[in-house]
Amino acid sequence: MEKNMDLTALLAKIAPQGEVVQGNQFPELTVSAEQLFETAEKLKNCKEMPFDFLLDLTAVDFETKFTVVYHLESTKTHDVVVLRTDLPDRNHAEVETVSGLWPAAEFMEREVFDLFGIRFKNHHDLRRLFMEDDYGHPLRKDFKDDINLIEYPN
Amino acid sequence: MSKDVVTNIILRDDEDYIINMGPQHPSTHGVLRLEVCLNGETVKYVVPHIGYIHRGIEKMCEYDTYKQIIHLTDRMDYLSAHMNNEAVSLLVENALGIEVPERVKYIRAALNELNRIASHHLWWSAFGMDLGALTTFFYGLRDREKILDIFDESFGSRLLHSFVTPGGLMHDVHPNFRKNIMEFVKYFRKKLPEYKKLLTDNIIFQNRTKGIGVMTKETAIAFGVTGPSGRGSGFSCDVRKIAPYGIYDQLEFNEVLYTNGDSFDRYMVRMDEMVESMNLLEQIVDKMPEGTEFTAKMKPIVKLPEGEYFQRVETARGELDVFVVSDGKKHPYRMRFRSPNFSNMFTLNILGRGLKIADLVAISGSLDLVIPDIDR
Repeated sequence: MEKNMDLTALLAKIAPQGEVVQGNQFPELTVSAEQLFETAEKLKNCKEMPFDFLLDLTAVDFETKFTVVYHLESTKTHDVVVLRTDLPDRNHAEVETVSGLWPAAEFMEREVFDLFGIRFKNHHDLRRLFMEDDYGHPLRKDFKDDINLIEYPN
Repeated sequence: MSKDVVTNIILRDDEDYIINMGPQHPSTHGVLRLEVCLNGETVKYVVPHIGYIHRGIEKMCEYDTYKQIIHLTDRMDYLSAHMNNEAVSLLVENALGIEVPERVKYIRAALNELNRIASHHLWWSAFGMDLGALTTFFYGLRDREKILDIFDESFGSRLLHSFVTPGGLMHDVHPNFRKNIMEFVKYFRKKLPEYKKLLTDNIIFQNRTKGIGVMTKETAIAFGVTGPSGRGSGFSCDVRKIAPYGIYDQLEFNEVLYTNGDSFDRYMVRMDEMVESMNLLEQIVDKMPEGTEFTAKMKPIVKLPEGEYFQRVETARGELDVFVVSDGKKHPYRMRFRSPNFSNMFTLNILGRGLKIADLVAISGSLDLVIPDIDR
């Protein structure tokens, strides 16, 4: 627990404007979409523990907003932190790409773009990954499949 | 960015000569299409096209209860079915604070290691076949069958088990389980030197793999390459060591690390991991408590408290992460699988550039790709 306290302090130092909370597993840092790239760069180049391994990049549709979630690990200390940003505008959800920092992000961002329709600014090859170009974005909560009309019981 | 890391940017040219490798090419192990740009026989770049077997498992999970989801996870990486099942089971147990019986933990670990050997062994067989050594395929499948027989006897299925569930196991294992494992380990220990003679020491095989597809440690970390493929580059990423789950913190085993990062080192990591898995199996069989307990007390329908959960598990191919956002209902609000093959596969362009087509087959073989896990 003490280690996590250090981590939250570190996160607060890196992003003074961000909101730091200790989640049930990892310390979590929420920043605005404009500050995301800057914060990610600082985390990647952090001297004490460089978060050089992008564990996971994904998005969640909360209906009122999209949240892009980054799980970062430091290969030196094996500590994990969660970085997240909220995108309230559903139709023009856009955030800066981090594929320049972690090349692994390139494909995870393409997946998020494919499944959620979130655009990543300055991504050099933002094409859809699984679905055809004219298909909707299936992981959005308001997605309706017109071809396979299967009603799920709730 | 460090200069050791190669970027993935592709410069296309109108004069490029492009051929498609797959989706039916045998060495793509399923439905992967590689757009390969060639200059003569030399690869200029590789663009992987995926999605041929995309089933929308993450979307389906949003309509299923946690116990139903177990059956979908089998279908991702079908060669590490137990580990995939365990990932979701552990997540649910940790979220609810359920302590599973000690015996269950040992059985799960035994199943994981058996599954790991079966997976690595099938990979060994197919890798030899990719490189033109057909004998390995027959030898490999013969011995893998012995593991599948253990599975078959205990839970009636050979590939997609759905045996590990939240709270424990579906039912108890067969009384012969322990004896079978001991017999198998004894048998397989004798076989490994034979395989070393057959393939590892083969000079043609070594020429085809040594120095081919070199991945630096920096590239492995940057691209998120985990599992044996990452450990072949010296990237210490064994989740069983860095974030232990189950009883792995009570067992003694070494993390196999090689440093050259070529196809041969990735091969050697898997060969050595099979030995480590057998050491683990012996410890597990020794320590496994007697009894008939196979599950903790669980409600038939599980509801996770509101919040976010994350679980890391080491499968045969690397790190599988499950990320769940729950809104307190019986279905997850959002379920995300970070599959190991997804990240591993996209290094093909980095590793394959400047080599011959036959080397590309060696590289994609050495990465041990399972395509349904990439597409999900």
